[in-house]
Amino acid sequence: MATSKPPRTANRWQVGRLVERRVETPTAQTLVLEVPDWPGHLPGQHVDLRLTAPDGYQAARSYSIAGPAVDGPGGPRIEVTVQRVRDGEVSPYLIDVFGDGDPLEVRGPLGGWFIWRPEETAPVQLVAGGSGIVPLMAMIRARRATGSKAPFRLIYSVRTPGDVIYADELRRRIRDDFGLDIAYVYTREAPEGWRGDPHRIGLADVNTHGWPPDLEPLNYICGPTAFVETVADLLVGLGHPSRRVKTERFGPTG
Amino acid sequence: MGIVSPGFQGRPRTQEPALPPGQYLTEDFPVLSAGPTPRVSLDTWEFVISAENGSEHRWSWQELMALPQETPMVDIHCVTRWSKLGTTWQGVSLDTLLADVDTGAHFALAHSYGGYTTNLPLDDLRGGRAWVVHTFDGAPLPAEHGGPARMLVPHLYFWKSAKWVRGLRLKTMDEPGFWETAGYHDYGDPWREQRYQGD
Repeated sequence: MATSKPPRTANRWQVGRLVERRVETPTAQTLVLEVPDWPGHLPGQHVDLRLTAPDGYQAARSYSIAGPAVDGPGGPRIEVTVQRVRDGEVSPYLIDVFGDGDPLEVRGPLGGWFIWRPEETAPVQLVAGGSGIVPLMAMIRARRATGSKAPFRLIYSVRTPGDVIYADELRRRIRDDFGLDIAYVYTREAPEGWRGDPHRIGLADVNTHGWPPDLEPLNYICGPTAFVETVADLLVGLGHPSRRVKTERFGPTG
Repeated sequence: MGIVSPGFQGRPRTQEPALPPGQYLTEDFPVLSAGPTPRVSLDTWEFVISAENGSEHRWSWQELMALPQETPMVDIHCVTRWSKLGTTWQGVSLDTLLADVDTGAHFALAHSYGGYTTNLPLDDLRGGRAWVVHTFDGAPLPAEHGGPARMLVPHLYFWKSAKWVRGLRLKTMDEPGFWETAGYHDYGDPWREQRYQGD
């Protein structure tokens, strides 16, 4: 369903349960949560997850929602993709311990800025660094789910081919999602047959694989701070107005 | 108490200093902003306070630096849940900047190079609780952290400490800023966990 406004921020904590888990890479997993009173969300929004220990101690973190909600037998389901943070308090638990049917608390959807509205027709430029792909994948999935014809381009920077989250699905979507183009940048190790050496994203990548500013695309950048700073500066330097460049940055904590 | 998630222990409790609810400690200094980092030249930089009666008070960079400087050491709390303790800044107290401003306004809308805005009660900018800062940890404030100058209002969530600040508009009515319009709280007290509208 396409709405022009983000759903009103849902303030109440409610119980979500793990109903499915998918291994995406050696360090990232997708958790599908059943959330009976989920009010719906827009692609790019996030959710707070809260864990409670037996003594009442709590820890909460924000995670981007990875795609549209889907209906399951017990109600709506949302999914998040969790990247393991070494020595993290929450992500190792969610990946290693949190089990099928286990509860946690969920609050959302949250965030009304880094969102793409499916009724938008402007070209969309997505630039992802590492696990920054998650909210951008939500936009790619929503585009297909709503039948949007907005042309999308994704530039996805990863360390190695094994670090590509949603790799199989992205391969399938390049073939099936008309109007979606994907280019990869490898920073440490490139796959066989890839042109050029591994490198950090630069002007040539953005200029070759991105939309020119004349087409007035909406730009969404998500990744670690240094990555986002670099790409946002490149886009502004190429002539994209700052207001058409939306960013979301992942701190090193979690 | 919430629903217990089986097997969750969390970090050891004993070493944690007192943090606002729902926050965790970081030694890093994460960056959170909604768009590209504006680059502002010191030659053209200015800070303007516009009162509700239309009067304006302006400071150039040199004029700001010539004002009495303070060195607040404060804890900061980001709505994305990290807290950083004992951060050291240098800048000018809002008490100094507001001293000659004749106003009966109750609210301020801070606005920034790049278009960012955030709203605060004017009282929260007084009483030694708010600064315009240009130095972090002894060095000029990096652009990604809001340089050349940002607000520092550490008793509220850090999005209220507008980066790249350009001025304050004093208002008789509260007007929500950028994140406040996108669903975040109008006041943002971390100790009362006022993250989102309705908290």
